[in-house]
Amino acid sequence: MTNLMMTTYLVVGATFALYLFIALKSRAKNTGEFYVAGKGIHPVLNGMATGADWMSAASFISMAGMLAMGGYDASAYLMGWTGGYCLLAMLLAPYLRKYGKFTVPEFIGDRFYSQSARLVAVICLIVASLTYVIGQMKGIGVAFSRFLEIPFQTGLFIGMGIVFVYAVLGGMKGVTYTQIAQYVVLIFAYTVPAIFISFQLTGNPIPQLGLGSTLSGSDGVFLLDKLDQVVTELGFSAYTAQKGSTLNIFLLTMSLMIGTAGLPHVITRFFTVPKVKDARSSAGWALVFIAILYTTAPGVGAMARMNLMHTIQTGEVGSPEGNLAIEERPQWMRNWEKTGLLGFEDKNGDGKIQYYSDNGLSAAEADLAAARKAGGDVTAAQAKLDAAAAQHAESKFAGFGWKGNEMTKVDNDIMVLANPEIAKLPNWVIALVAAGGIAAALSTAAGLLLAISSAISHDLVKGMIAKSIDDKTELMWGRVAMAGAIIVAGYLGLNPPGFAAQVVALAFGLAASSIFPALMMGIFVKRMNNVGAICGMLAGLGSTLGYIFWFKGFMFIASTAMAPDNAANWWMGISPGSFGAVGALINFIVAFAFSSITKAPPEHIQHLVEDIRVPMGAGAAQSH
Amino acid sequence: MNNAQKYWQANIRLVIGCLIVWFFVSFGCGILFVNQLNAIRLGGYQLGFWFAQQGSIYTFVVLIFFYAWRMNQLDRKFNVEEA
Repeated sequence: MTNLMMTTYLVVGATFALYLFIALKSRAKNTGEFYVAGKGIHPVLNGMATGADWMSAASFISMAGMLAMGGYDASAYLMGWTGGYCLLAMLLAPYLRKYGKFTVPEFIGDRFYSQSARLVAVICLIVASLTYVIGQMKGIGVAFSRFLEIPFQTGLFIGMGIVFVYAVLGGMKGVTYTQIAQYVVLIFAYTVPAIFISFQLTGNPIPQLGLGSTLSGSDGVFLLDKLDQVVTELGFSAYTAQKGSTLNIFLLTMSLMIGTAGLPHVITRFFTVPKVKDARSSAGWALVFIAILYTTAPGVGAMARMNLMHTIQTGEVGSPEGNLAIEERPQWMRNWEKTGLLGFEDKNGDGKIQYYSDNGLSAAEADLAAARKAGGDVTAAQAKLDAAAAQHAESKFAGFGWKGNEMTKVDNDIMVLANPEIAKLPNWVIALVAAGGIAAALSTAAGLLLAISSAISHDLVKGMIAKSIDDKTELMWGRVAMAGAIIVAGYLGLNPPGFAAQVVALAFGLAASSIFPALMMGIFVKRMNNVGAICGMLAGLGSTLGYIFWFKGFMFIASTAMAPDNAANWWMGISPGSFGAVGALINFIVAFAFSSITKAPPEHIQHLVEDIRVPMGAGAAQSH
Repeated sequence: MNNAQKYWQANIRLVIGCLIVWFFVSFGCGILFVNQLNAIRLGGYQLGFWFAQQGSIYTFVVLIFFYAWRMNQLDRKFNVEEA
C-alpha cells in the first residue's frame, strides 16, 4: 500500500467514524424528529446543513469541470443554483414554515383541498428525488474506486451502509447533524487545493481574487486574458466569451433557479427551524455557505484549464517542440487514463500530443465510427467527415502536420479530482479531496432519501392508505420506506439506466414546471383553486416531459427520439434542459385560465392562505 | 384595509423590490448586457463576466439578509411577530 493510499484511508475512515458517532448521538424518537428534527435546529446550523444537502457530487466534482470547459456559458449553473435561494427565501420558505406541516405534498394537498393534487406532488417528488439520488450513488462509487482502489460495487455498498445507519436511525435529526459535519469536510476539501493553486499561479491565495489577478512572473498579464489568448491560439473560442444563444442561457438560468426553489429535499430543510423569521435568515445562511464553494469554483475551473493547456502545449503553437511528448507525460495523466476519463490518440504519429479545436473533425470521426458500429447507412456521416477533413486541411493546424485533436477524452469530472495532483500538492490534500467528494455525495443522498421516505410514509401511507395509524407505526413506516429507498437507489447506482447523465435536466424540469408554481400560487394567489392547480401542474409537467422526451427519447430510450438533440432542431434554440422555465410559464397560464372559470376555493381555504401570510400563530391572529 | 392586508402589501412591495435587484444583477448584468459590460474592466475581470461568475452571487447573499432584516421590522411594525 502506498503512502497516499494510507493517508486516504485514514482521512476517509476518520470522517466515517465521525458520521456514525453523530448518528448514535441523535436518534429520532417520534415522527416530528424523524421528518423535521423536532423543528429545533438553529438557523445558522440549518443553513450549513442545507448547504451540504444542496451541494451534491455534481456541485463538488462536476461544476468546476463544466466551467473549465464551458467558460462563460457555464455561468448559468453558478447563477441558477444560487439565485434559486432568493426565490426560496422570499416566496416559499417562511410561509411553508408557518404552515408547519412535515412534507411538501402535504401542503399542496391541503391548500388545494385535493388528494389528487397531493398524489401528483408525491409522484413528482419521488421521480425528481430518485433520479437525482442515482447520480450521488454513482459519485460515491467513483470516489471509492479511484482513491481507495476498491471495486466500485464495494464502495457503493459501504456508502449505502453508512447512509443506512444514520438516516434510518436518526431521520431528519440524524441527517441534519451529520450534514453539518459533512459541510465542514467538503468545504475544506474544496477550498484548500484551490488556495494552493491560486497562490501558485497568481501569488494571491484567495481564488475569488486570484481569478482577477495577474499571473506570477508574467509582467502584469491578467490570468483571464492569458487564458483567452492560449485557448484561442489553439482554435477554441475565448474562455470569457459567450458561445450559446442568449435566449438559451437565459432560460437555462431561470429553469435552474426555479427548479432549485422547487426541489422538495431543499424546501423540507426549512421546516426544521423554530420560527418563521428563522426560515428567512436560514436561507441567507445556506446561501453564504453555498457561495463559499460557488464563488471558488470559477477560479478552480479557469486555473485547471490553464494548467491543463500548459501541461500539453508546453511551448509555441505549431513548433515541433511545443507539444508534450507522450513518453514524458506526467503521472496524474497515467493514473486517470486507467479510469477511462482521460484519453489520447497519436493521430499523426509524431510521439507528441496535440490538444486543439479541429472544428468538428474528431467529432465527425467518432460519429462515423458509431454509425459503422450500428450497421446502418453511413453515407451521411462519411460526407460530414469529408467536409470536416477538407476544412481542416485548409486550416493553419494542417500546416503544422497535425491530423486532428489528439486529446480524445477529457472528462469534466477529473478537473476537481485531479487538480491537486496536477498542481503537485501534498498527499493529505489529495486524501481530503476524496473525503470531500464522498461527503458531498453522502449528504445529498441522505437528504433526498429522507424526502422520498417521508413522501411514502406520511403522504401515501398515513395520508391516503391507512389514516388511522398511530405515531409509532408511522415512524416504523418511515424507517421501512427509508430502507427501501436506499436499496432501490443502490440498485440503480449499480445498474444505472442509460440516462443517468441526463437526469439533472429531468429533476430540475419537474421541480420547476410542477412543484414551484403550485407552491407559489398556493401562497400568493388566494383565488387559486383545486382545478386550476391540478390542471396547471399537469400541463407544466406534461409539456416539460414531452419536450425532454422529444429530443432524448421516450423514457430516455434514444431510439424513440423524434428529432436529433442539437441546437438546429430545438424549438427557438431552447435546449431540453432549459425548458423547465417554459413549462412553469405554461403551468401558470393554464392554472389561471382554469381557475378563473371554476368556483373559488372554500372559505376555510382562503382563511388558511391568510393565516400562512402572517408569522404570528393562528390563534393569536384571530383576536386582532 | 385591515392590518393583515396592509402588512401583506408592504411585504409584496419589499419582495418585488428585491426581485428587481435579483433580476438586474443576474439576468441583466450577467446575461442580457454581458457583452456591453465586458468593455469595462474590474481588475483582471471583464465586468459582465464578473457579474455572471461572482457579483451576482454576492448580491444574492446580501439581498436575502436585507429581506430578512426588513421583514423582521415589518413584523414588529404591524405587530404580527411570533410569540
